[in-house]
Amino acid sequence: MSKVAIILIPLVIIGVLVVGAFGIYNGLVSSQEEAKAAWAQVENQYQRRADLIPNLVETVKGFAQQEKSVLEEVTRLRSQWGEARQSGDINKSLQAAQGLEGALGRLMVVVEKYPELKSNQNFMKLQDQLEGTENRISVERKRFNESVLNYNKKIRTFPGALFAGLFGFERMPLFEAEQDAKKAPKVKF
Amino acid sequence: MKRFLLLAFVFALLGTRAYSLEVPARPEGRVTDRTGTLTRDQIYALEKKLSAFEKETTNQIAVLLIPSLEGDSLEDYSIRLAEKWKIGQQGRNNGVILLVVKNDRKLRIEVGYGLEGALPDALAGTIIRNEIGPRFREGQFYQGIDAGVNALIAATKGEYKAGPKKKRNQMEAWIPFLIMGAFVFFFILAASRARRRQYHSGGSRGWNSGGGFFGGGPFLGGSGGWSSGGDSFSGGGGSFGGGGASGDW
Repeated sequence: MSKVAIILIPLVIIGVLVVGAFGIYNGLVSSQEEAKAAWAQVENQYQRRADLIPNLVETVKGFAQQEKSVLEEVTRLRSQWGEARQSGDINKSLQAAQGLEGALGRLMVVVEKYPELKSNQNFMKLQDQLEGTENRISVERKRFNESVLNYNKKIRTFPGALFAGLFGFERMPLFEAEQDAKKAPKVKF
Repeated sequence: MKRFLLLAFVFALLGTRAYSLEVPARPEGRVTDRTGTLTRDQIYALEKKLSAFEKETTNQIAVLLIPSLEGDSLEDYSIRLAEKWKIGQQGRNNGVILLVVKNDRKLRIEVGYGLEGALPDALAGTIIRNEIGPRFREGQFYQGIDAGVNALIAATKGEYKAGPKKKRNQMEAWIPFLIMGAFVFFFILAASRARRRQYHSGGSRGWNSGGGFFGGGPFLGGSGGWSSGGDSFSGGGGSFGGGGASGDW
């Protein structure tokens, strides 16, 4: 083998490894950022739901004034979520969002007692919007979990695992809906 | 409303779902009837209408009838269907899917991101309540679907116009590979040239690229299906965010 080749070939190999390493690190970074972006989408839909609530409360009030307590609860939990969001504490805002979900569920149970309200066109449209938003929340959560799974897989399998420890990439937790005893029984497998 | 509670229950379970019904891999046309409800003429009439609409606006509307969800959630099935079929043009996301689950007596209008402005949830719900539901209750499935389709067309007519289809540039993803390939290629060439000089072989071999790394074919080109008439229909790559409305009859 020529002298030139002896120098060149290892250089080529190192070059390929270096470029490969860039690729792996970048891959970890992008999948982490994608997971963060997916969480932002979930929060966007939470905001969308929060925005629907004042209108909902007013419409229900028009037909069911006596249901003050549950209406007040919904309003209160909505502001609670808003504040938690402002503060930037993700866990707090998550808890508040789920509290709000529970309250909205209870409100819908109450609404069942008022056939006039249920058949009101305006209310039905609001309900469409609310259900649409809940569906969007569900879709964004699903996509968030998918992106987190993708990221977690990357940092735990080779060759990503080599870089993860080095650069401080940690496993992200999946979104798990709170087991609210009032909403749904625990499902075991 | 009961449906809301059911949704909440379903969302709570979403992470622990045991069974989900598999969605069809691709549409069999703009109207896919797995229940044998519609006649061939009815399907043809709908296909014609929807095909013309797509030509005019690039909006894609697809209809699917299935017999049962077999325990799966309507919304969950619908979004998986939307993600699989990718109705609507890539980038514009202007797709709508009308899903009818005949034996379960449930239906859903799934709206792509790009049409959420023209077809908000409340309008989708209204279309279900006023146009489709009442006719379905009478057993008039074709009429219900037709009325629903007309309403969907009317709602989304102004949103997009057909124009020269933008070719999506997929070159960007290939650049790192191109660079790596180029380095390896040049190094090997230089090494083999150096060797050849040592052995005094005559004539240079020249730059034989042989279409390996640098072929332009696979990189460019649009994606998805763009069909005319009633022949092969496929989703244009559009994506969905969970907008729309569900109903029953």
